[in-house]
Amino acid sequence: MLTWIALTALLLFSLATYMAGRRKALATTGGKSVLLHSLPGYYGSYAALWVGVPAALLILLFAMFGGRLEAGLLRADPPAAVAALTAPQQDVFYDDARAIAHGGQPSETIYAGDLKTALDAKAAKSTQLGDLIQFGSLALGAVLALVGILIAYPRIGPQFRARNKVEGWVAGLFIVCSVTAILTTAGIVASLVWESWRFFQAVPIHEFLFGTEWNPQIAMRADQYAGTGAFGAVPLFIGTFLIMMIAMVVAAPIGLYSAIYLSEYANPLTRSVVKPLLEILAGVPTVVYGFFAALTVGPIFRSFFNWIGAQLAGGSLDGLAQYLMQVQNQMALVAGAVMGIMLIPFVSSLSDDIINAVPQSLRDGSLAMGATRSETVKKVVLPAALPGIMAAMLLAVSRAVGETMIVTMAAGLQAKTTLNPLDTVTTVTVQIVTLLTGDQEFDSPKTLSAFGLGLTLFVVTLMLNIVALRIVQKYREQYD
Amino acid sequence: MTDAALPNAAANLRQVVEARLKKRHAQEMRFRLYGRMAIIVALSFLALLLGRIVTQGYSTFIDYQIAVPVHLDASRIDKADPTGANYDLLVAESVLAKLGEKDDEFGEKSGKVMEIMSNDLGFQLLKMVREDPTLIGKTITVTGPVKSDAALYFKGQIKRSTPQDSRKLDDQQLDWMDKLKASGAVTSGFNVSFLTNSDSTEPEQAGVLGAIVGSAMMLLVTACLAVPIGVLAATYLEEFAPKNRWTDIIEVNINNLAAVPSIVYGLLGLAVFINWLAVPRSSPLLGGMVLALMALPTIIIATRSALKAVPPSIREAALGVGASRTQTVFHHVLPLAMPGVMTGAILSLAHALGETAPLLMIGMISFVPGVPEGFTGAATVLPVQVFIWENASERGFHERTAAAIIVLLVFMIVMNLAAILVRRRFERRW
Repeated sequence: MLTWIALTALLLFSLATYMAGRRKALATTGGKSVLLHSLPGYYGSYAALWVGVPAALLILLFAMFGGRLEAGLLRADPPAAVAALTAPQQDVFYDDARAIAHGGQPSETIYAGDLKTALDAKAAKSTQLGDLIQFGSLALGAVLALVGILIAYPRIGPQFRARNKVEGWVAGLFIVCSVTAILTTAGIVASLVWESWRFFQAVPIHEFLFGTEWNPQIAMRADQYAGTGAFGAVPLFIGTFLIMMIAMVVAAPIGLYSAIYLSEYANPLTRSVVKPLLEILAGVPTVVYGFFAALTVGPIFRSFFNWIGAQLAGGSLDGLAQYLMQVQNQMALVAGAVMGIMLIPFVSSLSDDIINAVPQSLRDGSLAMGATRSETVKKVVLPAALPGIMAAMLLAVSRAVGETMIVTMAAGLQAKTTLNPLDTVTTVTVQIVTLLTGDQEFDSPKTLSAFGLGLTLFVVTLMLNIVALRIVQKYREQYD
Repeated sequence: MTDAALPNAAANLRQVVEARLKKRHAQEMRFRLYGRMAIIVALSFLALLLGRIVTQGYSTFIDYQIAVPVHLDASRIDKADPTGANYDLLVAESVLAKLGEKDDEFGEKSGKVMEIMSNDLGFQLLKMVREDPTLIGKTITVTGPVKSDAALYFKGQIKRSTPQDSRKLDDQQLDWMDKLKASGAVTSGFNVSFLTNSDSTEPEQAGVLGAIVGSAMMLLVTACLAVPIGVLAATYLEEFAPKNRWTDIIEVNINNLAAVPSIVYGLLGLAVFINWLAVPRSSPLLGGMVLALMALPTIIIATRSALKAVPPSIREAALGVGASRTQTVFHHVLPLAMPGVMTGAILSLAHALGETAPLLMIGMISFVPGVPEGFTGAATVLPVQVFIWENASERGFHERTAAAIIVLLVFMIVMNLAAILVRRRFERRW
């Protein structure tokens, strides 16, 4: 609250400096703005930036990290009674001290004797430190604002290149914004690698990548870490692969044929109707596809296979019939097929762009030689567009591998090593979701394994994208 | 070869060519048919998807309300502590009285009535009595929804023809409901409460208001972060950045980020925002930050193509009359590119609105029974609400899931239409 008041005050103060800076600039030339190097507003902005930005950054930084600073300082020189506690108990102790000091909800731990006095002392210290940090940061902010004035105000004069300076600040802002993209990547890589590294200390990396048994839900004990084989991700990789293949079997032909039809055969009217409709399919949130898969497609497929099983029962294929009659809603086929539907517009719009990029002269040449349209497509257009189409398919594969909601809602949780589309399989993304929803302890391999899976997923999709972009780049200008 | 054989050979060749031509044309027809079939299949999937959701969800928007006159018996409600009385039982007994039945000594019948009346009726009574204790001893009429199973019967989704053992309600309850309906005590109407209530454990009282508000708050955070940062980054890369290794790296990076699976952003949010920066879990602020990172690459890519479409002559003219590069961009290029930028921004925000997976990672899956209290309080959003309800076991939640999807799709359609309108209205071609 206090922070917001301080920031508002700072804003008002900057506005005042803006006015003052402008006025001073005009005053130095007797009100003739022509004699100034820059427009008067730039002088005001220059002063206001010096006053506002450093102070605001400082206040915001303290508002964000002040709590941590306080927690860190609080831990300095612990009383003997506290030092005797185990590390987790100490964490609870300090959290409680801070909760009491700041009107939060302390845990239900009972403290007595020395610990109680220590707690009260630490709570008092916490209040004191908190106030110190808060008021200290505000005071420091005020000092910075004043220093800003002292730096900026005397410089204002007719020869001063205020516009260039202000544009320097703007350039800084530009670079900060652009670097956000890099920071995001760095954040993703750092967080995934760091947490995965912690996971691989508990479970060796080869066991994770090549182990064939996945069962992270079992209670983990200290003596159970290695050698149980419960963190072998091969079944997940196979499950992901299976569902991805089913999805591609649905999406690749339908998407590609739609793209060919739309770009080579359809008249403008059909095109203008069908394309937006396909785009709707692309815009539907994945959770909706998940709902559709779980409550519509799943039951339909199950009753279909059960029906076939019932027809075959008692015949020469009795074994198969018995199996078909026990098929569940959550088969790989359901999740894969619905994911395929989701990918159709993705494949078709990418392929459409690529087919349209093939120069018309190639088609004209082929048609002039007497080839039919379909022969032109098959023998001229598609070979020319092949690299692009390959890239589109790879991008679709990367989408399928990373897709989460459909598989979470329609595929199972059981990790099985099978390529049978009627069986229940689980995928990497499903396991990440199951491991990370609900209570988490950040020191158990069970939680950390999700980051191992996330890292694998990230690396695989990144590779697919890089390969796809490479293919496109390498062959793009072949015909231009 | 004799001369006489020539016409013969020509005729032969003609035959061969014609046969081949026929085959080739048949092939052509087949190929065209495949294309048509592919489109028909794709569009019928769309129709099936939307059709199923509408048929499953529309019934949520009809609700059945019951009006019961309840006598607030002074002997059964303690004036000093009105909270202690069993209001549900009072309602049930009033309904039984209306039906002309007497409760047996074990309270079996009133128990059965409670299975078809929402406990919202009891809550309403409690609230009224607490506000105005003088009501005790009087008879007042409360109106509230019937239980979702009962509503499903009225909507024809629980059928009398189903054997009694395999449906939730027995024959007696069905008889009562028919009687109540015939007497006019039960009325149907548009279900306003679905749009004005928040999540609840009872299907008939659950609504989407909390989720809508949560989604709006989250999108606000996303927009405030992603749009300015994205537009500025794109402007820098397109208009200012020198062509060197650094900007190349940034460019490749942005393209790759656009294709990172959304769940990975959730992991990032969990590890960096929650564990490291200590942003409160399951808050709209946190969700908005994660989705902003996700939307950033798309916004940057859209902005760059909008900036590319502004002809260089505009820049040259501005530079020619003495504007600096910054002035050129901010006074001329960006305003002209604005329609394209806004279209891209709205579309990527619409995409963020439908995103679920990363939000599950950052704890947005918790049960939140009210409208979110602030940007740092716990909240739920529409797609996650869909996910939570889909997992619920009660049958009444299934139709609500589909209805929540309808609401979500309506919002997405509105946003997409807005983007199309902006494009149509303001787009300029040079």
